[in-house]
Amino acid sequence: MPGGTISSVNDFVIRFANVNGSGSASANEMFARAVMRMGVPVSPRNIFPSNIQGLPTWYEVRVTEAGHLGARGGVDFMVAMNPQTFDKDIAGIEPGGYLLYDSTKPLPQSKFRDDINVIGVPLTAICNKEYTDPRQRQLFKNIIYLGVLSALLDMDAKVIETLIGEQYKGKDKLIGPNVHALHLGRDWALENLKCPIGLRVRASDKVGDRIFIEGNSAAALGAVYGGATVCAWYPITPSSSLADAFTRYCAKLRVDKDTGEAKYAIIQAEDELASIGMVIGASWNGARAFTATSGPGISLMQEFCGLAYFAEVPAVIFDVQRGGPSTGMPTRTQQSDLLICAYASHGDTKHILLFPEDPHEAFEFGALSFDLADRLQTPIFVMLDLDIGMNHRLCAPLTWDDTRQYDRGKVMTYEELEAGTDFGRYLDVHGDGIPYRTYPGTHPTRGSFFTRGSTRDRYARYTEEGGPYVDNVMRLLRKFESAKDIVPRPLIANAEQQTKYGVIYYGSTSPAMDEAIELIEAKGHRLDRMRIRSFPFHSSVNSFVADHDFVYVVEQNRDGQLRSLIVNECGIDPVRLVPILHFDGTPITARFIAKAIGDHLDQLKVKRKQAAS
Amino acid sequence: MTYIAKPKFHHPALPKNDLGYTHRDYEGTISTLCAGCGHDSITASIIEACFELSIEPHRVAKISGIGCSSKTPTYFLGNSHGFNSVHGRMPSVLTGANLANRDLIYLGVSGDGDSASIGFGQFAHVMRRGVNMTYIVENNGVYGLTKGQFSATADRGSKSKRGVINTDNSIDLAAMALQLGATFVARSFSGDKKQLVPIIKAAIEHQGAAFLDVISPCVAFNNHAGSTKSFDYVREHNEAVNRLDVISARAPIAVDYPEGTVQIVEQHDGSKLALRKLGADYEIHDRYAAMNFLQKHASEGQIVTGVLYIADEPQDLHTSLKTVQMPLNALGEKELCPGSAALDRINAGLR
Ligand SMILES: Cc1ncc(C[n+]2csc(CCOP(=O)(O)OP(=O)(O)O)c2C)c(N)n1
Ligand code: SF4
Repeated sequence: MPGGTISSVNDFVIRFANVNGSGSASANEMFARAVMRMGVPVSPRNIFPSNIQGLPTWYEVRVTEAGHLGARGGVDFMVAMNPQTFDKDIAGIEPGGYLLYDSTKPLPQSKFRDDINVIGVPLTAICNKEYTDPRQRQLFKNIIYLGVLSALLDMDAKVIETLIGEQYKGKDKLIGPNVHALHLGRDWALENLKCPIGLRVRASDKVGDRIFIEGNSAAALGAVYGGATVCAWYPITPSSSLADAFTRYCAKLRVDKDTGEAKYAIIQAEDELASIGMVIGASWNGARAFTATSGPGISLMQEFCGLAYFAEVPAVIFDVQRGGPSTGMPTRTQQSDLLICAYASHGDTKHILLFPEDPHEAFEFGALSFDLADRLQTPIFVMLDLDIGMNHRLCAPLTWDDTRQYDRGKVMTYEELEAGTDFGRYLDVHGDGIPYRTYPGTHPTRGSFFTRGSTRDRYARYTEEGGPYVDNVMRLLRKFESAKDIVPRPLIANAEQQTKYGVIYYGSTSPAMDEAIELIEAKGHRLDRMRIRSFPFHSSVNSFVADHDFVYVVEQNRDGQLRSLIVNECGIDPVRLVPILHFDGTPITARFIAKAIGDHLDQLKVKRKQAAS
Repeated sequence: MTYIAKPKFHHPALPKNDLGYTHRDYEGTISTLCAGCGHDSITASIIEACFELSIEPHRVAKISGIGCSSKTPTYFLGNSHGFNSVHGRMPSVLTGANLANRDLIYLGVSGDGDSASIGFGQFAHVMRRGVNMTYIVENNGVYGLTKGQFSATADRGSKSKRGVINTDNSIDLAAMALQLGATFVARSFSGDKKQLVPIIKAAIEHQGAAFLDVISPCVAFNNHAGSTKSFDYVREHNEAVNRLDVISARAPIAVDYPEGTVQIVEQHDGSKLALRKLGADYEIHDRYAAMNFLQKHASEGQIVTGVLYIADEPQDLHTSLKTVQMPLNALGEKELCPGSAALDRINAGLR
């Protein structure tokens, strides 16, 4: 074969091309889990156009003994089950890679490439012989190709059998037939194909105690643990599964066993305006409340975000970002809502943003966001994206400290009011810009106040005077300063040798960046790294930039939104921040980052040599 | 314009209610609305109703949108928390507040612009969800705060102050509330305190979504000949179906209606409404008949007032959601956080 055949153990990318609605999702996911159960890290991704039944969908699994969890790019093994995308799918295979297709109907040779390994399995024929029911034929076809793969890749069939057992626990009648289908495929492959092929999965011990979970589920669990009792949301991809997961977890964990009563309220609102309005109403009234949405929803929430900022009402907003602007690419990933969230609403506003890198942090920041919202009495945006939100990711187990107490912030109680403590809703008692509030209904004669979006004095009395207005908005700036000390700090990882160059990145870029650093270092370059985890920026962002000749800012949007925010908020010369931007809707890869930064550094070397000569 | 505190003279002879409170305890700051604005009369009626019901002012949350009408919560119940939110979105803020603490009394105040235009959607949804609240629309047919544009409740053919004829059909919010599932629907007139006060009392006592459309003339922009929301027009075209008295479960008062038929309507919480029927065959529990009645009279240029509909079984959002009796905002980490052991089990299931 020209270019040779790809041979690799525990390090390859397999992609499944399916028709939406064909029931392939669970078989494909089972494949990923089986590899993981064999102790080999995986990084799977759903790739699905914005469509419903009948259109194409892909599922990609990166098998990675080295534990690289970012997208790699390229496909080594294609399971091409969708005739509609067949040609495109074949074109995407790396030279020397593999194609598995349904050979029930013979295809002309012209359909194939001669630099790949073509494996035909008469899946439909096997199915039709075994099953008469059309739906069974459809569903078991997926399990049959899973069986074929297990043989081709030398996987342990027992592991998959166990998974089938777990999947159909409670519906035990389904276990036997599924195991049977698995072996139909496996036995056919062992009899008719050369097994195993060059790509293999070999049992290892690299998974450790890590868990396998989607970011949206983890964030929802964070909301449960963080004490959220009110969730108001409006369906939108890719955030809906966050509200769904919250609903599921609450039903399991927050229903009183004796009375059947729910210690939570979940409302599917009529739109995003209403969902954020409900969150603000609930938070004003002392409950912990959140909404989950995506870019178009954030756009609609603007006016309310300004109200919450100015009137100082807590709110938590999970923004699972997708490709924008407008409807953009609803099912593709981006990090392009930073600016709209940071400055949401008209007038001078600034909001707190958190950037979790993976499900583990989505959980942690999810829970933390409620403490921050209460402490700072302001909206908190948890900035997820589709890549974290809707894909399973291996991550450290979720942890909770049972001694942890919720930080409800500065809330004046009945006793304090009764004792005659001076209460002015917008008084800056401690000089940190954070005032006291009271919950409605606290005291018959003291501590009530009026919440409004218009100017007021320190005692919440309506006024249109410039002085109190300036006093108020300057205090809000002090509060934003105070936030810097309590939001998650950036993490710095220095190169082993001193270097003049740095890189800043955030959120879902993290795993690709980790891998890219290895590739960059392999080419002899050194980079110090800073992972930003929140906005406002900690002072270390300034010093990090100051300590380097220039700093790459890697992000997944067209306009370098984090870079703009750093330039704007830290007063940094834009020339010192080199944008590295990836925004076609696919997750950023290590290859992309390494190439873009590597090219830039190489050019610098050439320039420096030229200057020297 | 700045906040003007109202001087608190407590005349010893002021009448007191069961809690020992006087009217003064139910007032807010001095109104900055135009002298003679219907909204101020509604404010006075809310104060009277709360006084008569012996409500603890601080147990009320008053929430509004934006507009002259939405400013009024500042002018009553000065010891309550108030929230003047954004234009048209009072219902969502109130819904959230109600979810957080089911134990407070919720008064939503809005305007016809606020509710029938920009906030029409939220109005509809808060009614259909059955949020336990009293939703008062101070309906003047115009945008007062932005100086006299027609609102969506302005009748077709009515004339603006500048002489423009409204060519759009009007929205009847009471009819809409009936259709949307409100469990208490009434209409009244800011100039008819006798009718309005008991209606507000009944609405507050009602354990469900109570909607109240109050025609409230705007003296600055909509009180001229040709307007169908002027004082004179409403007085001349008012068709009251009933007058009522509220016999609260907490504070029973004697009723004595010598003439006309009197119908006692028992509320879910045990309070009783004594309705003196004016329209002899008016049936208070028939949602569809009420809709018919309203539309028929509207087509004849009549404004029907009174309690138009009361459901036997009011709906409450908390009941539908099966939420705990304890206010959600009172639950702490002990009740809410499943703890590390549960998390370990969850982790174990994710491998
Ligand atoms: C988003 C938004 N759009 C427009 C306005 C301007 N605005 C303020 S009050 C109002 C109309 C109020 O009318 P209505 O609710 O009928 O109250 P009224 O003043 O008549 O009592 C408008 C359009 C606003 N505040 N916010
Ligand atoms: S403008 Fe009209 S609605 Fe506004 S305060 Fe004046 S009279 Fe009342």
